Amino acid sequence: MSTEQHILPGPVPVLNLPPCHTEEEYEMVYHKPATMVDTTMHYCPGCAHSLVHKLIMEVVEELDIQEKTVGVAPVGCSVFAYDYMDIDMQEAAHGRACAVATGIKRLMPDKYVFTYQGDGDLAAIGIAETLHAINRGENICIVFMNNAVYGMTSGQMAPTTLPGMHTTTSPDGRDVSYYGAPIKVAELMANLPGAFYVTRQAVNSANAVRRTKKALLNAFKYQPLHKGTCLVEIIGNCPSNWKMTPVEASRFIDEEMVKTFPLGDIKIPGAEDMKIY
Amino acid sequence: MAEFKLMKGNEAMAEAAILAGCDAYFGYPITPQSEVLEYLAREMPKHNRIVMQAESEVASINMVYGAAGAGFRTMTSSSSPGISLMQEGISYIAGAELPCLIVNVNRAGPGLGTIQPGQGDYFQSVKGGGHGDYKMIVLAPASVQEMADFVYLGFDLADKYRNPVLLLSDGAIGQMMEKVEFKPYTRPVVDKSTWATTGKPKSRNRNYITSLFIQPERMEVHNLKLEEKFKQIRENEVRFEEINTTDADYLFVAYGLSARICQKAMDIAREKGINIGLLRPITLYPYPYQRLQELASQVKMMLSVELNSGQMVEDVRLGVNGKVPVEFYGRMGGMMPTPEEIVHHLETLIQYHHVN
Ligand SMILES: Cc1ncc(C[n+]2csc(CCOP(=O)(O)OP(=O)(O)O)c2C)c(N)n1
Ligand code: SF4
Ligand SMILES: [Mg+2]
Repeated sequence: MSTEQHILPGPVPVLNLPPCHTEEEYEMVYHKPATMVDTTMHYCPGCAHSLVHKLIMEVVEELDIQEKTVGVAPVGCSVFAYDYMDIDMQEAAHGRACAVATGIKRLMPDKYVFTYQGDGDLAAIGIAETLHAINRGENICIVFMNNAVYGMTSGQMAPTTLPGMHTTTSPDGRDVSYYGAPIKVAELMANLPGAFYVTRQAVNSANAVRRTKKALLNAFKYQPLHKGTCLVEIIGNCPSNWKMTPVEASRFIDEEMVKTFPLGDIKIPGAEDMKIY
Repeated sequence: MAEFKLMKGNEAMAEAAILAGCDAYFGYPITPQSEVLEYLAREMPKHNRIVMQAESEVASINMVYGAAGAGFRTMTSSSSPGISLMQEGISYIAGAELPCLIVNVNRAGPGLGTIQPGQGDYFQSVKGGGHGDYKMIVLAPASVQEMADFVYLGFDLADKYRNPVLLLSDGAIGQMMEKVEFKPYTRPVVDKSTWATTGKPKSRNRNYITSLFIQPERMEVHNLKLEEKFKQIRENEVRFEEINTTDADYLFVAYGLSARICQKAMDIAREKGINIGLLRPITLYPYPYQRLQELASQVKMMLSVELNSGQMVEDVRLGVNGKVPVEFYGRMGGMMPTPEEIVHHLETLIQYHHVN
């Protein structure tokens, strides 16, 4: 019987099938982390935010630091992060996550503090707070979701919009002679002595997801060293505002985004850096 | 026995912050209050407290948000242009119901204005300042002693109502030296564990700080809850000082520095046989409307004296509700009225209204 028949109106035919397997007969090979709230997310299909939320919560679970973690999510599509991550969190004003995180971390230096910021948030309105936090070497982890647009306000140009990329406020494509080139945040910030670990990753394939997970794990693990800021830039899919299917969006990252935003580690701690005195 | 110290208003305020157990101060230099940051940069580390010169007032107020959201006693200070920059953050703090102390050492404006004292930030302070429906409790010191006393009071009120408190001073009170006594202080015990983001143990649900209520129904419920809180504040926290009001035929209404000038003007006027009293609002929000209404059935005229173009006078008129004439006299841009000048104006007004 084809599955289509099931959605036809009318009574569902009773089938004479053998009884279902009980739960005990299955081996659990994957589950979402217990640090994740069991609820429906508001993100679009194919959006990077939901996946990265899960990765961060996996890190928190694996390191067993739920009790010591405080997150900061400013305005952007991920402003509701506190509905999904089962940890203490603060919602911040647009662009101010790093200042808020500074306030939290300076008073609770033994806690794991992270921000979760979009590119409009971090690279436009909040670049001053971000740069100064990194320059002070705040011992926080900045998760920087670069999707090259303002997702929440429905697809305006961001400081990271690619040259020639069409957005609602660059209808003819981003004109670099008028707006300048996209800001390469990871490279820019890696220059600051306060930056301890800087990397750029993506989540558009299974391998990319694994690498991002590793990067986030490292960024959290480094925090108790009190050696400076960890910045994990993640190229995030925004199929809705790129006007693509999720599959096209993943391909777009490999074919276009990485030309401007090459993936990989930009600044990694040396062996000497890892010593705790 | 009381021990007095001779101190600048700004420094007395900073010292009081330390004594009040302020855990963290975030600020950015601006005249006429840079001494606060300078004093605390020197003294706070001795007490293992956090002091930080932020990259801007936008950053300072958001650092306050973060630290206050984690349950710490936190403050910032600035002067007019810096306070303007903080308005978005203050609105978030009020919306998220975080306790903190904000000090504005008011200088004259608009724009870059002058570093001289002014009271032009009255409206900004008491009517909201930032976006949305919220109020701060606003305390207006008129002496170096009160600069210190109101720090304790401000922190306690902030904790009590989970609301930002503004200490509205001015360049003169902040800069002048007077004797001050740091009174013994016991900090009330406040339980912040139900909301402060200190890390979620297994035993409780997660705490989160937010001012976001996307569904209109929930937003309104939150607004109504805030409004209920402001009603409690209006009912319980009105503070003012009265001098010579028992036999008064006329009334000065003035706060902060203007109240000090009016006190001198009152002495001169009384020597001339004009029975005038002074009502000095100490809380500018909540405002002593009730007391003004009562006094309106006793005096023949009120004169609001301010270092601006006439802001608080609107609140005096609201209290008096047309019962007696309410007049205004003010100087601006850092100019101080002399007591004689005020008395001269008072006499002219008495003649004009034929109210003697
Ligand atoms: C002061 C202020 N200005 C503008 C906005 C409107 N706004 C909300 S989110 C946003 C941009 C979000 O883009 P981004 O940070 O890239 O996050 P994304 O939604 O793409 O994940 C803007 C402009 C705001 N909330 N506050
Ligand atoms: S608009 Fe883009 S960033 Fe926002 S939820 Fe949708 S896909 Fe994600
Ligand atoms: Mg974005």
